Amino acid sequence: MSKIKEAFKNGKAFIPFITCGDPDIETTYNVVLEAVKNGADLIELGIPFSDPTAEGPVIQGANIRALAGGVTTDKVFELVKRLRKEVTIPLVFMTYANVVFSYGSDKFIKTCSELGIDGLIIPDIPYEEKEEFEPYCEKYDVDLISMVAPTSEDRVTMIAKEAKGFIYVVSSMGVTGVRSSFANDISSVTAKIREVTDVPCAIGFGISNPEQAANMSKIADGVIVGSAIIKILAEHGKDAPSYVGSFVKEMKEAII
Amino acid sequence: MKVAKEGRFGVHGGQYIPETLMNAINELTKAYEFYKNDPEFQKELSDLFNNYANRPSLLYYAEKMTKDLGGAKIYLKREDLNHTGAHKVNNVLGQALLAKKMGKTRLIAETGAGQHGVATATAAALMGMECVVFMGEEDTKRQALNVYRMRLLGATVIPVTTGTRTLKDAVSEAMREWTTRVEDTHYCLGSVMGPHPFPTIVRDFQAVISKEIKEQILEKEGRLPDVVMACVGGGSNAIGTFYHFIEDKDVQLIGCEAAGRGIDTFETAATVNTGRLGIFHGMKSYFCQDEYGQIAPVYSISAGLDYPGVGPEHAYLHDIGRASYVPITDDEAVDAFEYLSRTEGIIPAIESSHAIAHAMKIAPTMDKDKIIVVTVSGRGDKDCAAIARYRGENIYE
Repeated sequence: MSKIKEAFKNGKAFIPFITCGDPDIETTYNVVLEAVKNGADLIELGIPFSDPTAEGPVIQGANIRALAGGVTTDKVFELVKRLRKEVTIPLVFMTYANVVFSYGSDKFIKTCSELGIDGLIIPDIPYEEKEEFEPYCEKYDVDLISMVAPTSEDRVTMIAKEAKGFIYVVSSMGVTGVRSSFANDISSVTAKIREVTDVPCAIGFGISNPEQAANMSKIADGVIVGSAIIKILAEHGKDAPSYVGSFVKEMKEAII
Repeated sequence: MKVAKEGRFGVHGGQYIPETLMNAINELTKAYEFYKNDPEFQKELSDLFNNYANRPSLLYYAEKMTKDLGGAKIYLKREDLNHTGAHKVNNVLGQALLAKKMGKTRLIAETGAGQHGVATATAAALMGMECVVFMGEEDTKRQALNVYRMRLLGATVIPVTTGTRTLKDAVSEAMREWTTRVEDTHYCLGSVMGPHPFPTIVRDFQAVISKEIKEQILEKEGRLPDVVMACVGGGSNAIGTFYHFIEDKDVQLIGCEAAGRGIDTFETAATVNTGRLGIFHGMKSYFCQDEYGQIAPVYSISAGLDYPGVGPEHAYLHDIGRASYVPITDDEAVDAFEYLSRTEGIIPAIESSHAIAHAMKIAPTMDKDKIIVVTVSGRGDKDCAAIARYRGENIYE
């Protein structure tokens, strides 16, 4: 059984997203420890990509900073190895198809499994292309996370039926980034998912404050926050860990 | 139940895009499947081609060039004579018409050299649609005249300031824009790249080039050519040039890639020659990338070929050995730009000059009874200022 389920046992799950190596690996290490200490239930670790087509300007900036700092896939793997000595909550990678493919899909996913990475989120792998990585994910017991969007409509059932780990429900149209309004019908999307599976749903894209998080947690099992955390990192750099810690605490308290 | 693998060329192609776009892509696939066989649609498109875009384009016997090089007979397929000055209009008229039939009211596009942006702005003006063009900031400087043309045609041009600020970033930004607004918007992709069905749709609309070449060469020479060639960035004019010859195994197909400062340098955009298999911009194909799969900041003097990938059908034609892809440097392309201008009185686009350069290399090595067809994908007026600067002359547009 997927270890990811454990993240959803402790009330509604709070899932922070952190780009590895922004601004450097040491800061990422400390940010993750702070996030865990302050109530994060699962952490989404971003492996930077040169051309992140699903990201808004904030996370694009994190990718650029991290790559400019010399982060590579192997350095991220080293980071996870260190983190796993301290951190027991589920960890998933978020990256783009080419990062996995070019490393060698088998080798990449095998390494994930050995390091204790529980899932993979790859925004440029829709349902139609999951064969690209799913056989390796099954072989090494890593969950390939499915995404569902406000435009998915009649695709929701098909996707949800085969979903593993958790389902990433995209809150609204467009790319990642802080926003003030969301698609009107997210609750109908989560309801559709509920009809066919008990795999937990977490909502992400644009959630930046406790009020939004509280609202979203009413219709889902968890809330994913990325850009708001990356903004704290962009502002405070190496000093960011304690600021991220208090943000995570505030968000987790808002959704319990 | 697994959905059937559509839009593959060997291992290449596919639909590697965010879930947010999947329904829009499926809607496009369905609409295209219907309209490509709809006689009414085809009639309207032919009418646009023949009465608006100046098709068929000439197949011109370059007699002076042939004599000067002293080898194979050279014909030029004059896509530069199309309305808007390049082959791009073939695809754009097709997609704009399709988008209109689908009820879309807004076209977005990426552009490198600006030719595809100008063509999209033109079609939008003609069909009464809104138009937004994404163009790398670097390219808005290299191709300032085309930026003005797009604005004149009523389009909004958005300079893209992410990444290398060139064509790849313009594609990424157009994709991001499409995910925010699919309801009324069609992404009019400019080359045989991106997710299925784009590589197929764009190829079909560009295939008119080889369809005409075949008819024209049979009329003039009574036989098929020995070589057909074109420049390759994403590869739309090349696939259009190749398509109706793919089954004619005796016709050699050559794509000319932009080697920039040379394929042994990092300043190159020769994807087939220097790239490796990857997944990017919705497709599996060859890409210039580093050992960790980070997309390389490619370089070419030609904004239209300055792209780190190549269309999936080209990758496949390369794999099976049906087409060959050769690198042409900036220097060779600029020499060819000047050579064709002086020899034939035809100023080719710097993109097309890459194909002319290779013709200059191979024609003298071939017998006089051989025939080469080179597609001149666009006209070179837009490049004059940049080439003058390359030669150390400062002129202002």
